[in-house]
Amino acid sequence: MMDDMKLIYLAIPLVCLFAALIAGVFGRQIGRVGAHSITVAGVAVAFALSLYVYLDVIAGNTFNGTIYIWGVSDNFPFEVGFLIDSLTATMMVVVTFVSLMVHIYTIGYMRDDPGYQRFFSYISLFTFAMLMLVMSNNFLQLFFGWELVGLVSYLLIGFWYTRETAIYANMKAFLVNRIGDLAFLIGIAAIYATFGTLDYSAVFASVPEVLGQTIEILPGSEWSIITFISILLFIGAMGKSAQVPLHVWLPDSMEGPTPISALIHAATMVTAGIFMVARTSPIFEFSETALSVVMIIGAITAFFMALLGLVQNDIKRVIAYSTLSQLGYMTVGLGASGYAASIFHLGTHAFFKALLFLAAGSVIIAMHHEQDMRKMGGLRKFLPWTYITAAIGSLALAGIPPFAGFFSKDMIIESVHQSELFGSGIAYAAVLSSVVLTAFYSFRLMFMTFHGRPRMDQHTLQHLKESPMVIVLPLLLLAIPSVIAGALFINPMVFGDYFSGAIFVLPQHDVIGAIAEDYQGKSDLAVVFSFMFHGILQPPFWLAISGIFLAWLFYIRLPELPGKAVALVKPLYSLLMNKYYIDEFNQKFLANGTVGVGRLLSKFGDTIFIDGWLVNGTAKVIGYFSRALRPLQSGLVNHYAFAMIIGLLVLMTWFVRIN
Amino acid sequence: MFEVNQLSLAIWLPIIGGIAVLTIGNDQHAARVRVVALLVSIATFLVTLPLYISFDKTVGEMQFIEHLRWIPALNINYSLGIDGIALLLILLTAFITIIVVISAWQVIQEKVAQYMAAFLIMEGLMIGVFSATDAILFYVFWEAMLIPMFLIIGIWGGPNRIYATIKFFLYTLLGSLLMLVALIYLYVKSGNSFALADMYAVKLNLTEQIWLFAAFFMAFAVKIPMFPVHTWLPDAHVEAPAGGSVVLAAIMLKMGAYGFIRFNLPITPDASHSLSGVIIALSLIAIVYISMVALAQTDMKRLIAYSSIAHMGFVTLGLFVFNKMAVEGAIIQMISHGFISGAMFLCVGVLYDRMHTRKMSDYGGVANTMPKFAAFMMFFAMANVGLPGTSGFVGEFLVILGVFQVNAWYAIIAGTTLILGAAYTLWMYKRAIYGAVSNDMVKALKDINSREGFFLLILTLSVLIMGLWPAPFLEIIHTSVDKLLTLSAVSKL
Repeated sequence: MMDDMKLIYLAIPLVCLFAALIAGVFGRQIGRVGAHSITVAGVAVAFALSLYVYLDVIAGNTFNGTIYIWGVSDNFPFEVGFLIDSLTATMMVVVTFVSLMVHIYTIGYMRDDPGYQRFFSYISLFTFAMLMLVMSNNFLQLFFGWELVGLVSYLLIGFWYTRETAIYANMKAFLVNRIGDLAFLIGIAAIYATFGTLDYSAVFASVPEVLGQTIEILPGSEWSIITFISILLFIGAMGKSAQVPLHVWLPDSMEGPTPISALIHAATMVTAGIFMVARTSPIFEFSETALSVVMIIGAITAFFMALLGLVQNDIKRVIAYSTLSQLGYMTVGLGASGYAASIFHLGTHAFFKALLFLAAGSVIIAMHHEQDMRKMGGLRKFLPWTYITAAIGSLALAGIPPFAGFFSKDMIIESVHQSELFGSGIAYAAVLSSVVLTAFYSFRLMFMTFHGRPRMDQHTLQHLKESPMVIVLPLLLLAIPSVIAGALFINPMVFGDYFSGAIFVLPQHDVIGAIAEDYQGKSDLAVVFSFMFHGILQPPFWLAISGIFLAWLFYIRLPELPGKAVALVKPLYSLLMNKYYIDEFNQKFLANGTVGVGRLLSKFGDTIFIDGWLVNGTAKVIGYFSRALRPLQSGLVNHYAFAMIIGLLVLMTWFVRIN
Repeated sequence: MFEVNQLSLAIWLPIIGGIAVLTIGNDQHAARVRVVALLVSIATFLVTLPLYISFDKTVGEMQFIEHLRWIPALNINYSLGIDGIALLLILLTAFITIIVVISAWQVIQEKVAQYMAAFLIMEGLMIGVFSATDAILFYVFWEAMLIPMFLIIGIWGGPNRIYATIKFFLYTLLGSLLMLVALIYLYVKSGNSFALADMYAVKLNLTEQIWLFAAFFMAFAVKIPMFPVHTWLPDAHVEAPAGGSVVLAAIMLKMGAYGFIRFNLPITPDASHSLSGVIIALSLIAIVYISMVALAQTDMKRLIAYSSIAHMGFVTLGLFVFNKMAVEGAIIQMISHGFISGAMFLCVGVLYDRMHTRKMSDYGGVANTMPKFAAFMMFFAMANVGLPGTSGFVGEFLVILGVFQVNAWYAIIAGTTLILGAAYTLWMYKRAIYGAVSNDMVKALKDINSREGFFLLILTLSVLIMGLWPAPFLEIIHTSVDKLLTLSAVSKL
């Protein structure tokens, strides 16, 4: 029985890897149909098996075991293995489901692209990488999945590699992620130095034993080792989950094809950091300093990235900034020890954000690859299915009951409200005010794209039509969980003991437990209704409604208002349009600065100092003396060389023989 | 009988084969020369395989020992023997030589016999370096192996080859002479013996050790090369033909590190400990400074040469923190760097054969016309960046884990390679391979043929296997590393 399950666990990532290899290496031979058939089939199998594993986990079967020993060094066996529990199973289902939808959608979206097979290969490889990441039972394999996810993201952002913007964006994404990865790797090294192992369960079990240990990072400043490790791990998470200031790669990653934006840069890869912090909750729980840092960084991201979402005109960029802001929400939830709420939001967000991106992709196809919302308008008549599903996604994002996002976002806000850690006050203010902003930019997008009068040129207007079934079907399938996932899972997943073995919360941090007290002993349905009634009486709901109302006022009722508002707050507007000038700072000071220093070192260090003074200077001195000896030598290096080598060979063989 | 002479066979088969290739003669018989050279290189690899199969992993002592008296008057002996570290390097040497022979198949059209012979003879001499257990024998192989390399650069090299050869020669000469002086001193101290084992046992006071350490250091640091004696390497690489660059990067650089392992650490353990701070500092400079210099390069071969120096910084860093994991990481890094740097130089060679330029600005958009090549080069670029799953990760990971246990800051500074290494490698890839087709030459490029695909595929598989399952490589070196650490931990004072 156990071995059967082990085979199933192994099959889930490997079937994706296998499909990716076939589509990538034999793409030309198997053709377009072959490539999408094998990869869709692969992911479909992975999804079906993930569901099976999920049900198995709910039935109480978890797994933690080794697949093979990667290598042994210093008597420590580095292993590749799986940990299958409720957290992993949830992630597996979310990842494979969204991936399957994106695979199907891609058949339509990338129809005319010459890199069709390559694209399918990449997205299947990505699914493999993400599965290895979430299924790992140790930090080494986590890092493997982590980096592989980064690689595939790099390849996909630069998918259209002839575009200068795309290959700038993909390098930027990789490098920014690597900053986080450096901290992550050092964190792993610190874990190994502290615990002597990288295995999750062994590390987590001995956290309480090392609480007193400190590390002297700078002379005179002693850090608790747990705080040190937690913060390093979190910096790693900040890279992948795009938290300020390592968020800069994510908006640019929209250079990749839209299905990727949905799969990688909204639903899965960017959630890797959130997942990692939840997974390592037994470490984070013992450092309130680290939790406060997490909460404050998350709050900054949630609020300031939502502000940027207000001014974007590119439909994909609005959604990209909303992703950043929502990732901020999840991070705030983690910092408040509301891990279950964050994972809950991760799941619902994956559905409705993938939905929104794919709907945006459908709009972009209809608009002949125009992404500027100022040239859209009135599309609801032409793209009814896209409109309805995008509306569902936006309502979920804005947090309107009974859509999925309402439950998960409210849980995060409530968790922060309950938290007593340093920074929870600011964080609560940030997440509350971001609710207005979220609702505003979501419906600004809806109104500018689907409502009002059409603003596109005649040619585009005449050719507007709904996307084919292969694109609409994934939208519909993603719309279903975007509506019901919140109501369906809030009681069993968040209030129940679903995550009890996977996520660890100290009693004094148990914010979700405090919220759950009000819902104790009720049926699932009763919890959903009382949660909704409770929510409607709370500020977040009314803030969301007022955000939608403001968007309606600005973009439907009084269309001249946005212009006036911009004129009124000109400096703020240009600050937002320039994304707080962070990109410019990074490019001018960090990137150009590093290359500039490199050029200086190359010129003055290597060329002038070492070569010019030391090497050639020495050569000149030697040359001076050697002039006297020159007549003795023929000057042909190869003459000497051959003479030397032949002489040597003869000499050696001779000595060997006479002995 | 066969077992006794396995190492000698591995040394002399390619040397005799190389001489045989020379006798086939001029370029009219180039086709035959190539086949014979390939057969010799494959035969040598097959000869080294039994070493791996019958190697006893449980002991750290030298194995496959051979001992013949050579110059009895000076007590110089033809003694050979290998431990796990030498074994891996010998396998790497034999493996890379096959790749080099295949890679030269169509590229070298002039003096084919001499070219092939030079590589085969060099292969034998390099295997000799890794298996010598007598210091003078080591020294002879060490010096002799440079000659074919000088020839390869000097004859088949680029326009500036004479400058590069002389620079290379001057640098190495300086170090070699000091090493010879050190060996003679040790000969006297150890009661007239050049056997390495006797040198390990001899008592030395700290002053003596520091002088000896410095002498060996000069010889080996140049070869690795370490900052600040590294500037010969970019010049040598730029002028060398692709095959020369491959051997230089894949194997010759490892000799410097191997020298540290065989000489500095066990012969001068106290000096190694007291000077480790200097070596660590130089290693960290190599990683950070050299990586930044790499960013400034416009020539692809120069860039990869600098990248090599930075990667070798991990080797010296790992060796001198005296932590088992770090030392094992350093040795794995040596092997892995052999695959990856070799592959990177071959990739540039593939481009150079077609366009006869190494400047990135002459390329741009190669992916459009050479998609298969672009895929291979992307893979090797990622390996160079140390992506997990490739061999490039294993060594760096173990070194960082080991070094952190000694000092967190060393690990953090070394870790910057994650960012800087990615920056220079991917920036090169972006400028040369990605982008729209930049000129007509790029437009006319033909994708790799099956021969080029073959050797790139073999290297890809090597990098992947070592990255996904380094266990077999690590198993071989455990006891040898234990022995090395024991020797370097016992004070000689």
